[in-house]
This record gives sequence, structure tokens and C-alpha cells, in this order.
Amino acid sequence: MSRLFVKRLSILRPLLIATLVLSGLASSSQANDLALASNTVQSKMVKIYGAGGLKGLEAYQSGFLISGDGHILTVWSYVLDTDYITIVLDDGRKFEGKIVGADPRLEMAVLKIDSQELDHFSLSKSVVLQPGARILTISNLFGVATGNEPCSVLHGIVAATTTLNARRGAFKSPYQGPVYVLDAISNNPGAAGGALTDSHGNLAGLLGKELRNAQNGTWLNYALPIAQLTTAVEDIIAGRTRPRSFDETVKRPENPHTLKSLGIRMVPDVLTKTPPFVDSITRKSVAEQKGFQPDDLILYLNNRRIDSLNTLINEIALIDKIDHITVVIQRDNNLINITLPGQ
Amino acid sequence: MGMRNRQTTTYFLETDVIFTLRTTQTLSSTLAIALLLCTSSVQATDVPSAVLSAQAKRIAAIRKASASTVMVFAAGGKGGGSGVLISPEGYALSNFHVVKPAGAAMKCALNDGQLYDAVVVGVDPVGDVALIKMIGRDDFPFAKMADSDKVRLGDWCFAVGNPFLLATDFQPTVTYGIVSGVHRYQYPAGTLLEYADCIQTDASINPGNSGGPLFNANGDLIGINGRGSFEKRGRVNVGVGYAISINQIKHFLGYLHSGRFLDHATLGANMVTDENGAVVVSNIIESSDAYRRGLRYGDQLLSFGGRPINTVNGFKNALGIYPRGWRVPISFLQDGKQIDTFVRLAGVHSPEELLAKVQPKRKPPAPPQEQEKPKDDPPEAKPPVKNNKKKAFSPEVAPFIEARHGYSNYYFNRLNQNRIWDKYIGLTQADKLLGNWVIAGEIGNLGAATINLQANRVDAKLPQGTTFADLDGELNAQDAPRGSGGMLVALHMWKHIMQVSPARFGEVYYLGSMPTPKHSQKQDVLIGTHSVIECRYYFDPKSGHLTSLEMYPDLGVDPCELYFSDYKEVNGHLLPHHIEVIHGEVTYGELIISSYQFPTVVKGAN
Repeated sequence: MSRLFVKRLSILRPLLIATLVLSGLASSSQANDLALASNTVQSKMVKIYGAGGLKGLEAYQSGFLISGDGHILTVWSYVLDTDYITIVLDDGRKFEGKIVGADPRLEMAVLKIDSQELDHFSLSKSVVLQPGARILTISNLFGVATGNEPCSVLHGIVAATTTLNARRGAFKSPYQGPVYVLDAISNNPGAAGGALTDSHGNLAGLLGKELRNAQNGTWLNYALPIAQLTTAVEDIIAGRTRPRSFDETVKRPENPHTLKSLGIRMVPDVLTKTPPFVDSITRKSVAEQKGFQPDDLILYLNNRRIDSLNTLINEIALIDKIDHITVVIQRDNNLINITLPGQ
Repeated sequence: MGMRNRQTTTYFLETDVIFTLRTTQTLSSTLAIALLLCTSSVQATDVPSAVLSAQAKRIAAIRKASASTVMVFAAGGKGGGSGVLISPEGYALSNFHVVKPAGAAMKCALNDGQLYDAVVVGVDPVGDVALIKMIGRDDFPFAKMADSDKVRLGDWCFAVGNPFLLATDFQPTVTYGIVSGVHRYQYPAGTLLEYADCIQTDASINPGNSGGPLFNANGDLIGINGRGSFEKRGRVNVGVGYAISINQIKHFLGYLHSGRFLDHATLGANMVTDENGAVVVSNIIESSDAYRRGLRYGDQLLSFGGRPINTVNGFKNALGIYPRGWRVPISFLQDGKQIDTFVRLAGVHSPEELLAKVQPKRKPPAPPQEQEKPKDDPPEAKPPVKNNKKKAFSPEVAPFIEARHGYSNYYFNRLNQNRIWDKYIGLTQADKLLGNWVIAGEIGNLGAATINLQANRVDAKLPQGTTFADLDGELNAQDAPRGSGGMLVALHMWKHIMQVSPARFGEVYYLGSMPTPKHSQKQDVLIGTHSVIECRYYFDPKSGHLTSLEMYPDLGVDPCELYFSDYKEVNGHLLPHHIEVIHGEVTYGELIISSYQFPTVVKGAN
């Protein structure tokens, strides 16, 4: 027994020495880096105020600039579910934020403010982190900072790189892809949309929403690697995810698909932006065959973002009946891809 | 708009339950093994010298800092927290919300393994600070206070303390982190426990860390940990702790030594941000000193206490670090013109209002069921000690506790009154100068002046004319000579307190220390009330001399200010030979004294 213990220790020993060396190095050479990085990233951070304010739902979150023209990367959340999004820059200037686009599959949104020559993170220069890498997280957690006050900075390391679905059913999030798991208590209320950087302030990830393990009640501190988001962000900025029906010059087919012909009946259109929920499915219709169910929320049609029932109806009218349709629906917390064939 | 909803809940960190965490035990045993391994296997040659020296520096900083860290245990298991020694005599800082449930005396442990008795000295309920004094040594290890305005975002820092009251072995817990934010403003609970201009850290701050020190990487004191942002994750660290900046506490330190319940300050004016982003006056009380100094509705505040003001939060931060009664420089813009002046700060509460909030009324016999918890209490603060009858203190602490209405511990007020007065009277020996004083000299370049200070009358021959004060009349109505604000009465108050001693002057107490417009070094202040007149006596703590006197004939008016200097010996008495008289920021005149005449005539020292 004791011999086994000693043997185990001897395996551990080099590891421990390595850890000591690392931590020693960190304290000497990175002391100034952290302070420097903590301050230089501030001008790229924004505070976002929007919907919420009810019990347990903070009406604020974090974000950061990704272009000099005022594009902002943040998380897709109820905070953005309003016509009045206020963006506060590091220097205290206030702007109205417009949603350029969002990708609920990645729980990410791109906003824009009307300004120029802003300091920003460049997504193309983002870094990839390995477990053990020292990190900073910068966010307006708990809404501590207002106006021109700097965002909060927490330090830590990347504890692991893994995928959110690695523990099936533990993290009920639409996004199930790769994440950095952090040992800093980074994902507090209001921190979502904040930046994860390396110890030099280079962008590495987007702080995710608060996520609680459904099985043991613990909270996860994590960030989405920027590489997971880059293509989607570029598509959004380039307008490739914009519904085509917003464009008046687009050519309309003579025989388009209709919801009725597909066998989908939606909820009544009662709001300016009625969420596109399925009300019922016609028996033996294409929709039923392909697995549509009542209460499904339609998010995407042919990779274009559907933000309301009205948009859904307009977009379907642009798809020729002979073409197939790809649909992304949200059912509870799951995102499901369905292809409806042309007729 | 969601901004109105941005206020979050923060909680305070004293603890009344001892948690025993299985994980903590497991962790510490793992660490112990790791440490054993390290000492046996790491050779100097394995590790770059820069790393070793950095590590050695950190170990030294933690060792130094840990020695001054206090683990507070309230008597009778009523919780506890942390603290930090700041002087070799045993004065230590903690939180109001840690000390409050403990009462007047508590037990404090150091990492030398000793348990010491301690008593409460002064309490700042608004700032959540308490000064305690540990008893039994005059060579306590103490922390060096750093300049917390130099703390930068991202700096390394560490907290030492008694989280979860784990330190039953008298060894504090050290948690390392970085500074996550500086100049943070955290809203008060009601009017108490406001954290203005505080330091935010991601070093683990847990229940029981309250009152304990936050150190910079050198092991110098930068703040007192006291609260954290917790919401749905329970009362444990979520990476967001707040420490009261040590620079704020430095402002209050003299006051804390006065053994009183302290109040914070108000300007008497509210500020808002206008559409151009300027911070402007939205409301001002006409009886405030700010109003007397010319501040009006709509004026733009430029700086306060030497800090440029750009946001309302910035103003709250700048104001929140000052005690009631301080005089602070202020600059504002009025009709395009910049005005630079000093303003006297009033209290947030009236004295009785503050006492009602912190000191339950003692009406024996106290029916316990009526002790309702004040709404403004922090969520976890315990109701006051159930036994309100006079407690018998142990013989170790009893000599250091003196209960008195309005004081957290009158013993320390008396101690400081005596310290200041004994030193001053030792210099002047003025208690021996009984009878009338005749002061002769000149006022500025205007001409000769003679002032005869008698028991019930002051007569003055001044270049401006002859005048007098009748001391048997109403003192507050006599502002002679005109324009001085009552120079003759003020001079009488100066002579009178020396002749009769503070004990027979009226009600006298030690206020604390503060700078004056003419003294950047903080001056000790005694406040004396004689008849209806309040006088403030300012003493230089180094030389012991009286440097100024303010005579307030009434509330809401400018005092007559006398500034004493040019102390010279007159027959064994050190007396001032220059007195500048100021009223409402305007100099009335400078009295240059050539001789003092006492009943036994003595010649001036020119």
C-alpha cells in the first residue's frame, strides 16, 4: 500500500515541479502583463442595456467591439429582445444598438452602433488557448461598472477544452460545441458577452451565458472559442443570413411553397414580431412525415434567420415549390435540422 | 430601458456559522503532501533564479502580511470575522458589521498562536469600518498602509483572513487574486454600509473574510474586505469581492480613535449628468456651506477633494471617502467662471438619527420582543446582544471600556483629549496665566491694536476703531469687530479654555483629525461648547501647538477663524505672535503681537 503511494508520488513529482515553475514564472514575468492587458482591453469593451429587470433576469450584459465601424459581438439573449438597446462605450459615450444579426445555434449576436474609428478586437487575430494557459475575462458582471468605469477583470487559467455535450444532458444549452472551461468565476450575471483573452489581452473567446449543471446544480464557467464564431459573424456582417424578403428587388417564383401546402399551421399573428411557433401539423402532410411537432419554434429557413411569423411567411413565398427547404427549429432546449423536399 | 434596474444585491461577510467543508480538508491534505515534496525535491539549480526570487518575494510578502492579520472571534460564539493590526500598540481595523454583534469586547487571535483580548474603539457604520484595540503588548506586528489610489486594475493582490471561521487553529487563510476594478461604487443598505471608491478583487472573499486585510503584492495594506456580489449561488465567493480602500480609512482614522459613532458627509447638493455629460447641481440646500460658498442650481461641478468629476458615480466616490465635518476643496463653473473654494461637509444623519440606527436604546428593563431589527441592517447582521443589562467585563478589558451615550467607547475619547491638552498646556503653561490678558501689536499694516481680554468683557482698540464684547450678554449676538465674525469672542474662547481647562469649559470632546485649508497635515480637533457657542480647536499633532480656532456663533453661519502661528517663548510660556482672522473665506486682518501683558507683567519676545 505504502509502496504504491510512494510510486504514485514519484510520478507526480515532475508534474508538481512543472507546476511550481509555471506559477513562479507567472508571478515574475506576467505581473506587469496582467495589469497592462487589463487596462488596454478596456477601450474595446462595451456595456449593453436592454430588456429584463424582472426577478433573476438582469437587464444588462457585456459585449466587445469587433470592427472600427461599431460592430459588437455579444451573446444572443432576452436582453436584446427589445427595440431599445443601449450601448455604453469605455469612454462613457452612449449609443443606440441595432441588431445586425444573430445565430441562436451559437447563442451569439452581432450589434452595430453608428460610429467610426473605434478601438476593437480583430477576430482574424484571435488566439487559440491550451489547457493551463493563463487567461483574463473582461465583462460587466453584476453591472458593477457604469458610464466610463472600466469593466471587471478576473484572472485564471483554461482548466479544460471540451464540448458542452460531453456530459449528455448536463448542460441544457442550444450550443453543444467546443468550449474553454475556466477556473475563474467568470460567468456571473451580466458577464455573458464579455471577452476571454490570453494574459497579453489577445482575444480568445466569448463568455457564454450562465449555465447550470442540470444534474448537480453547479455553475459552469466557460467561453466559446472565437474560431467557432468567426464564419457565422462574417456571414452576419456580410448580410448572408439576412432574410431575402427584406430586399425588394428579389425575384419571386410563380409557384412558391406555402405553409398550408407543407402542412404547417402557425400560431395567430398578433404581435408586431410574433415568434414563429408551430400551432398544429396537418395529418399525413410533408411536415408531419419529416417530424414537425406543435410548439416547435422556427429559427432558420435555408440558413436565413427567421425573427417573426411575418418574416417566415415572406421568406416561404420566395422559395420555389420544386426546391427543398432546410429548417432549423428549436424544440425545448434542442436545435433540430429538418429538410422538407421540393414537390 | 433596463439601466434603472442595474442595481445588484451585495451581501456582507461576517459569519455566524462554522462551515466544515470536506473539500477544504481534502485540499489542505493534498497541499501538505505537495509542500513536503517541494521542499525535498526542488533544488535551486532546477529553477531559474528569477523565478526563485519572485517566489521568495511572494512568500516573504505573505509571511509579513499574515503576522498582522487578526482573526476575530465574538464572545459566546456570536460569530466573528477578520481584522488587521495597524499599530504596535494594538490598534486594528475591522468591519462595523463584524464588531457589531460582538459588543464592546471580543477575542482576537494572531498567527503567533496567541489569543488576545480586544475592545471596540471607534465605529463608522456608514463606511462599515471599526477600529478595535488589542490588549497585552506594545509591540504587535502591524501592516504598513499603502497608497490605495496607486492600485491599478490587474495588479496582483491577496486577502488574508478567517473565512468560514476556519482559523480555529489561529492560522489565517490566504487567497491570491488580482484587482478586478478600482473606484467602484456599491450602494448602501438604506443609509449605512455604503462602499464608495472601493477596490474589487477576484481573490476569494468569503463569509468570515469580513474586516480582514487586502494586501498588494508587497504585503502592504490596500483595503479592508467587507462585501461581495452574491446572487443565486449562495453566500460563497463568486469572484467578486469588495474592499474599502485604505485611503478612505486614513481619512477616518483620527475620527475612529475618538471612540465615537462616526458619520459620513454630504455636500448638501445633489448632482445629475446633463445632456452634454457635465455633472451639474440639480438641488441644493440653502443652509449648506456649499450654498454659502456660492454653489447654485445648474452650476457644473469640476472637481471635488482634488479629483476631477466626470460622472455622478465619480462624485459619489469622491464624497463617500470623507467624514462629516471635513473641509474639502471644490471647483465649479458658474456663468462661465471657475470658482475654487473650500466647503464644510455636513453629516448624512443627525447625530441622534445615527445613534438610533446603530445603538439600540437602553431602557431597562428592555422587553426583548420589542427589539425589532432595523430595516437598513445588512441581511445577516445579528440583532443586538440579548442581554442589555450592564455586562460585567473581564478585568483585562474593563479598564479600557467606558460606556457613554453617543460614544462607542468613551475611554478613547478621554484618552485623546488628555493627550492633546496635556501636550498643549505643557507648552503654553497658560493655565497659570490667570486674570486679564492684554495683547498689544498691530493689525496688518493698518496700525496699532490693543486687546484687553477680561473675565466678563473684551475691549479692543483697533485701527478700525474701538469696540468691545460683553461676555455676560448673549455671546452668539456679538460679532465685533464688524466683518470679523466675532474675533473678540473667539479670542476669549481661546483664553478661557486655557485658564479653566477643558473639564470646566463646558462639554468638550475629541472629534478626530482633519486637514485645514492652511494645514495639509491633519490636525487634531477638540470641540468645546461653552454657553451656546461651539468652538473647534485645531492642534498640530507633531508640535502640539494650537494652530487654529473656529468659533461658531450659530448653526448655519460662517465661523470666525483664528489661525495661530509664530509661537515664541514669553517667560516660559510658548505663545503665538501671529493670529490671522478669517471670516467667510475673507481675511479680516492679521494680528501681529508684540507683547502680552498678564497680571504679573511679562514682556513680549521681540
